[in-house]
Amino acid sequence: MAVELPDNVVMTRLDTLASWCRKNSLWPMPFATACCGIELMATGASRHDLARFGAEVFRFTPRQCDLMIVAGRVVMKMMPVLQRIWQQMHEPKWCISMGACCSSGGVFDTYAVVQGIDRFIPVDMYIPGCPPRPEQLIQAIIDLQDLITDRETTVGTEAEITRREPPKRALSELPILPSSSGAQFRAPPRSS
Amino acid sequence: MATIAEIVEALEESGDVVATSTFRGDTRVVVLPERLAPVARRLQVEFGFDMLIDVTCVDYLQYPGARDRFGLVYSLFSTESNQRLWLRVFLNEPDLEVDSLVPLWESANWMEREVYDLFGIRFRRHPDLRRILLPEAFTSHPLRKDYPLQGRGERHHLPVIERGES
Ligand code: SF4
Repeated sequence: MAVELPDNVVMTRLDTLASWCRKNSLWPMPFATACCGIELMATGASRHDLARFGAEVFRFTPRQCDLMIVAGRVVMKMMPVLQRIWQQMHEPKWCISMGACCSSGGVFDTYAVVQGIDRFIPVDMYIPGCPPRPEQLIQAIIDLQDLITDRETTVGTEAEITRREPPKRALSELPILPSSSGAQFRAPPRSS
Repeated sequence: MATIAEIVEALEESGDVVATSTFRGDTRVVVLPERLAPVARRLQVEFGFDMLIDVTCVDYLQYPGARDRFGLVYSLFSTESNQRLWLRVFLNEPDLEVDSLVPLWESANWMEREVYDLFGIRFRRHPDLRRILLPEAFTSHPLRKDYPLQGRGERHHLPVIERGES
């Protein structure tokens, strides 16, 4: 028996709907510790206008955020702070590692600077550059939106999904994918 | 008001001074570690050096021509006469201890803690000699020249948070 649907009704999956909502209303947590933070601010300001991608609501409390943007060097004394803020954020949550320092320590190969935050917290997207241009950050957010679309988020918690996934690979093993505004590091899709 | 030359002369007369030198109008006075506190007190009370600008340290390990390992630098300033004077104290292992100048200038407190943190030089009778920059659990003194630039693995000994547990 065919059911007649009115024109203004759309059929979809709950997963798709949830992901669509989430990806278009990312609330970033600006963890800006150094010069990359300036570029992060520029991205949020009127010229580059992160609001076009629904991610303009910077919140300074982790309880209200779902996207951690780590912009700048993280020293070993700061790492426990970063980890605590990450743990205070509610699921589902994502992390962008912005800039050379944050992703690999950059030029600061010294005793105090952590050589890549992905050694200690999960990272979904890496942005190369010193500092990356706002376009690169925007591209990372667009890529992250694709990643959110790919993932099923209503079938369980992130933790359960992770358990089904292969272990995260090191930064050096990640493929470099060409994208419209320059090469981006992108974590491989987390399919089971 | 005494000129810097007169001040140095007065110090030399009392026998506290090991060496002096002048470079581009800045005068440096070297004293023995055990005479540091009396000389500093005299400079403050008698010659009006009411401000301690900086306390820092140099590690002369493998420095050409250097005879001592560590050289402390005290920058003094007089807000009345606009004069500056540098005090130097040289220390060698294992006797890396010198009197704290906190009783004379409060500003010495954090600067001496910094020198202790990064060079491991202990200041006798310092009211609160703890690390100031590095984490409490740090065991080395990283500005010493025999400390490797990339550390001894401190930056890797942190807990790892996986997605599953966050
Ligand atoms: S990557 Fe470059 S711009 Fe960014 S924090 Fe490091 S030094 Fe600064």
